[in-house]
Amino acid sequence: MTRIAPTSPQAPAQPKEAPAQPPAAETGAPRLPAPAPGAGAQLEFGPHSYAPAPEATDLVEIAPSYGLFIDGEFVAPRSDQTITTLNPATARPLSVVPQSGPEDVDLAVAAAGKAAVSWGRAPGKVRARYLYRIARLLQERSREFAVLETLDNGKPVKESRDVDIPLAAAHFFHHAGWADKLEYAFAGAVARPVGPVGQVIPWNFPLLMAAWKLAPALAAGNTVVLKPAETTPLSALALADVLQEADLPPGVVNIITGNGITGDALVRHQGVRKVAFTGSTVVGKSIGSALAGSGKRLTLELGGKAANIVFEDAALDQVTEGIVNGIYFNQGQVCCAGSRLLVQESVAETVVAKLRRRLDTLRVGDPLDKNTDIGAVNSAAQLSKIAELVNSGVDEGAEIYQPACDLPDIGYFFRPTLFCGVSQSHRIAREEIFGPVLSVLTFRTPDEAVEKANNTAYGLSAGIWTEKGSRILWMAERMKAGVVWANTFNRFDPASPFGGYRESGYGREGGRQGMLSYVELEPAGPAGAAPAGATA
Amino acid sequence: MPGALGALSVTPVDAVGLHERAESLARRSIKSSSKQAALRLALACIDLTSLEGADTPGRVRSLCGKALRPDPSNPGLPQPAAVCVYPALVATAAASLAGTGVRVASVAGSFPAGLGPLEARLDEIRQAVSDGADEIDIVLNRSAFLSGRYGQALGELVASKEAAGGAQVKVILETGELGSYDSVRRASVLAMAAGADFIKTSTGKIGASATLPMALCMAEAIREFAETDGRTVGLKVAGGIRTAKQSWQYLVVVSETLGADWLTPRLFRIGASALLNDVLLQLDRLRFGRYVRGDKTVI
Amino acid sequence: MAQDELLGLLGRRREGDGVKANDRRLNVRKTYKMFVGGAFVRSESGRSYPVHSPDGELLARASAGSRKDVRDAVRSARGAQPGWAARSAYNRGQILYRVAEVMDSRRSEVAEEVARAVGGHAAVSEVDAAVDRWVWYAGWCDKFPQVLGGANPVAGDYFNFTVPEPVGVVGIAAPENSPLLGLVSRLAPALVSGNAAVVLSSECFPLPSVTLAEILATGDVPPGVVNVLTGRRPAMLAALAGHGEVDCLDLTGCEQTPQSGDGPEPLVEAESLAAKSVTRVVKATTAQRLWFEPSSESPYLIGEFCEYKTVWHPKGR
Repeated sequence: MTRIAPTSPQAPAQPKEAPAQPPAAETGAPRLPAPAPGAGAQLEFGPHSYAPAPEATDLVEIAPSYGLFIDGEFVAPRSDQTITTLNPATARPLSVVPQSGPEDVDLAVAAAGKAAVSWGRAPGKVRARYLYRIARLLQERSREFAVLETLDNGKPVKESRDVDIPLAAAHFFHHAGWADKLEYAFAGAVARPVGPVGQVIPWNFPLLMAAWKLAPALAAGNTVVLKPAETTPLSALALADVLQEADLPPGVVNIITGNGITGDALVRHQGVRKVAFTGSTVVGKSIGSALAGSGKRLTLELGGKAANIVFEDAALDQVTEGIVNGIYFNQGQVCCAGSRLLVQESVAETVVAKLRRRLDTLRVGDPLDKNTDIGAVNSAAQLSKIAELVNSGVDEGAEIYQPACDLPDIGYFFRPTLFCGVSQSHRIAREEIFGPVLSVLTFRTPDEAVEKANNTAYGLSAGIWTEKGSRILWMAERMKAGVVWANTFNRFDPASPFGGYRESGYGREGGRQGMLSYVELEPAGPAGAAPAGATA
Repeated sequence: MPGALGALSVTPVDAVGLHERAESLARRSIKSSSKQAALRLALACIDLTSLEGADTPGRVRSLCGKALRPDPSNPGLPQPAAVCVYPALVATAAASLAGTGVRVASVAGSFPAGLGPLEARLDEIRQAVSDGADEIDIVLNRSAFLSGRYGQALGELVASKEAAGGAQVKVILETGELGSYDSVRRASVLAMAAGADFIKTSTGKIGASATLPMALCMAEAIREFAETDGRTVGLKVAGGIRTAKQSWQYLVVVSETLGADWLTPRLFRIGASALLNDVLLQLDRLRFGRYVRGDKTVI
Repeated sequence: MAQDELLGLLGRRREGDGVKANDRRLNVRKTYKMFVGGAFVRSESGRSYPVHSPDGELLARASAGSRKDVRDAVRSARGAQPGWAARSAYNRGQILYRVAEVMDSRRSEVAEEVARAVGGHAAVSEVDAAVDRWVWYAGWCDKFPQVLGGANPVAGDYFNFTVPEPVGVVGIAAPENSPLLGLVSRLAPALVSGNAAVVLSSECFPLPSVTLAEILATGDVPPGVVNVLTGRRPAMLAALAGHGEVDCLDLTGCEQTPQSGDGPEPLVEAESLAAKSVTRVVKATTAQRLWFEPSSESPYLIGEFCEYKTVWHPKGR
C-alpha cells in the first residue's frame, strides 16, 4: 500500500569543482611524488569504506521461547497465544514470547500485591543494596545486553553500547541512592510507596526505559508489573535474569510480555495503584480515559515534535553535529527528537549545505557493525509509517534530500531524510514521524522562533543554538518544553528530570522530581507515623 | 586584506560539542583491509621529523635513509612524504633525497617562538629554500595574534609566504598556546587567508601537542574555507603522535570531516618521528598475523 | 457606642439577615455575581439559583454559570496568566500578602458569611486559618524554586538545572464542604508560581467564594488571574475539563460533587475529558486529603501546579 519514498533525484553532494591543484604545482616547486601505493587506499579507507567491523554475538544466548517472569520465577503463561519477535535488520525471527492474557496479568499483579507490603516496609538501605547490585550486574553484562538490544531493536551497536546500556545501569545506580534518603528528598513530608505499579514501556530504548521505570519505583518501595513492547521484549526478559541473579525478592518485579491488549489489561487492573506509561500520545490519551475515576495515579511520557532552533551566531559546525544527533540518533525513533529544525534565515543556506554534506557521511546498514551510524527501523509497521509521512512531505511540496547510500537488501532500513521548504502547515512539521526525517523551517527573529517552536500540541523538548548567553535564557524560559538543550541535544542523565509539557505528558523521570511520581507525600510531624521504608 | 580581517569574525566553536564529535570519531573501528590501507596512507603522510639541537649531518642522513626504505624487508611500502629538519641541515637532507620523491621540509623563521626580527626570519626562510627545502614550516606570531594585532600576524605570514617563493608553506598555529578553540579557528582562518598551503597544529616544543579535537577544529575551518574561498588547504598534525592507532584516528577525522580528497600527502601530513616504527610494526602484524620483534625495525 | 447597639440601630442582627424581614428595616440584599476577568458579571445564560443555609433559610441567589461562562473565564485566565507569571516573585508575594491584609480587615464579616453558609461554629478560626494560608503561601513565591528545583549533577561537561514553572491555566473544583478555607488551600498554592485560575465554587455553599473574589478584587490581584464561577458543577466541570486551554485540573474538591440525574459520574467524566488533551489532573489521594487539614500546608502543593523544566548547557572554554 505504501510506496517507499523515492530516492533523492539529486546525486549526493560532489566536491564543488575539481580539487584544486596542489599549491606546489602552481608555484613551480617540485611536484609531489605520484601517489604511493598506499595512497590508493581510498578504496578501503574513506568516509564510506571502512571494512566490516561486526560486534561478536557469541555472548548472547536467545532461547527459542520464553515464559513470563512472575513472583521471581519464569513461568509458563496461562495464555496460549504467542508473539514472535524479529531482528529488524534481517526480518528473521529471534524468539517467541507469550501474548499474556487476563489470567497472566492477574497472576503478575497478585504477585506484585503480595510483595508490596514487605518491600514497602523494607528499610531503604536494604532496597538500595538490591538496586546497587542490579546496576553492577548490568555493567558486568553490558556487552551482552548491548548486542541483545541491537538484535531485537535494530539500533546501531555503538549506540546500545555507548548510550542505552551504560545509562540503564546508571539509572539503577542513581536511584539506589534515593532508596535510603527519601526523608531528605522531600523535606517536611513523609514519602510512602504508592502501591503496586503497572508500567508499560516502548520499543525505542527497551532496556533503558525499563530502567527509567523500575529504578525509581523500586527505590520508593513500590512493587512493579512491567510490560515491555511487543517488538522488543528480549532485553527486559534478560533483565529478569539479572534480577534473579541479584536475589531481588520474588514478586517485587514481574515482567509480562504482550501487545497493547496486555497493556490495557494491566493498566485497568484493580490491583494496580499507579500507572506509568511511555509511548504514543494516542495510547496515552486512551489510558487516561481508561483510568478516569479509578483514583489511580498516572504519569505519561508521550510523543514530541521538538524544535531545534539555530541562530546565526551559533557554532555552526557543532550545530550540524547536534542536528544530526538530534534527529538521526536511534533512527529518529526518539520521542524528544529534534524533528523540526528552525534556522535563522540568514544562515539557512549554510546550515543546510553543511547538513547535506554531513548526511552523505552517515553510514546506514548492519546495526551490529561498530561503525554503523544508522541501523534498522524497529518494525515493518514503523517503516511504512515513516514512508507514508515522507511521501506526504513530497506530495505537499517540500523539497526532499536523501543521501545516495546503499541500503541492505533485507530488513527495515530507511535513508536519513532532509526536507527543506517546509511550513508549519505541512504534516511532516506537525505529526510525530518517529523516523530519521528532518523538516527544515526558517525564522527571522527570536520572537518568531519562539512562536514557531511552541506551535505544536507537544512539549517534550527543545534545542537552542546561539553563542549569546542571555538569549539562551530568554529562549529557554519561553519554550513550552520539559527539557531544553542549549548548544547540545539528546543528553540524558539519571539525575536530570525528563518529561513533557502539554500533550507530551506529565510527570518526570530522573532526579528528585522523578521520585515524586512514585511516592505519596504525607505531612511529617507528630501526626505522621514513622515513614514506611523511609527510615533505615 | 587586513582591513577585511580587522574584526576577524569567524564561526564560533563549542568546545564540548567538538570534543564529543572527536571522541565519537576516535571510536571508529578500523579493521583488516581498512587498517592496512590506513597504515599505508599514514606512512605516506608522515613528515619524518628530527628537530633536536643535537642533530648532526650523520643523523639526518640516517633519517633520510629510513625515509627512502622504511622497511627493507617490505619494499612495496610507500615512502614518507618528507623529511623535516632545521635549516642548517637542509642541504644535507636535500643531497640525500635528491630525485627520490621524498621532499625536504624545514622549520624556519625563528622556530619555535617566531619572535626574532622579521627580516632575520624572512632571511632564514629564503636561505632554507635556496638550500633545497621544498616545504617550509613557519610559526604564527602568537604574540601579535594574542594581543589582537591580527594585521601584524597576517602581514608577517604573507611576507613569509612570499619569501618562501615556490616552496610550500605550512603555518604552525601552536594551538596549545592559543587558549581556546575559538582562537584556534580564528588563527586557522588568518593563516589560510595569508596564503598558507597547510595549517599545522604544533611545534612539538611545548607540552601541549596535537589532539584529535584540535585537528577536528582545524579541519572544520579548512572545510569552511574551501567552501567560501574555493581554495583547498592542507592539515598537518604534529607532536605526540606515536602510535599507529592515533594515526588512523586522525585519518578518520580528516576523512569524515574533509572527505576523501584530503586523504593524500598533498593535503594531509603527520609530523612525527617515533610513529613510523609503530606503523611498520602494525603493518608487519597484518602481514604475518603476529607481532614481530621490535629490534627488527630499522632505526 | 457598643457594637451591638450600633448594629441594632442599623437594623441588622448578628445572626442571619436573610428573608426574616427586620421589623424596622427592609435590608438590601446582596447580589452574588461571578468574577471573570476582574469584573463581577452575571451568567450569560441569565440564570441563577437559590442558595440556602444548612437550616433551609434562603440566603441569596447565585449566578448559574454556563459552558459559555466557563469559556469566558478560561479565556480571561489565559490572557492574564503570562503577565502574572512575568511579575517578579517578590511582587507576586506582596500581592498575595495583600490578599491576606484585605481578608483580615474584613475578618468578622467574612466569618459571619461563612457561618451563615455552612452553619459551622468555627467560622472565625476558619477565616483566621485562611488569612494565615495566604500569608504562608505569599512567602513561598520567592522560595519555592529553591526547594522544588535545583542544579542536577549530570555526567560530562554540562551544567544542568531544573526550575518549576507555572503550568498555565488551572481549573479548580473548589472543595464542596469547605467553601473558604478549602478553596484558599487550593487556590493560593496555584497562584504562587504564576498560574491563573478558574474556580468552580462549591455548589451548595457558593457565597464565600464570591466574597473571596471581592477581596481579591479589592487587593492587587490583576484582573483575570482568578476567575470565580458559581452554579451547577457537573456541566461546568465538563466544560472546564474538556477545554484545551486548561493545563491542569484540580479535582481534589470533587469527592462530594452531587450526582445529577443519570449522567456519567462528574469526576469520571471530567477525568476522561481531561485525558483527551492530556491535561494534568490533581486528584485527592489519601495523602493529599491530609493536606486539607487546617494545620497542613505544603510547598509540594505548589509543585502540583507546576511543570518542571530542565535546561542543559555545555561547559567549555
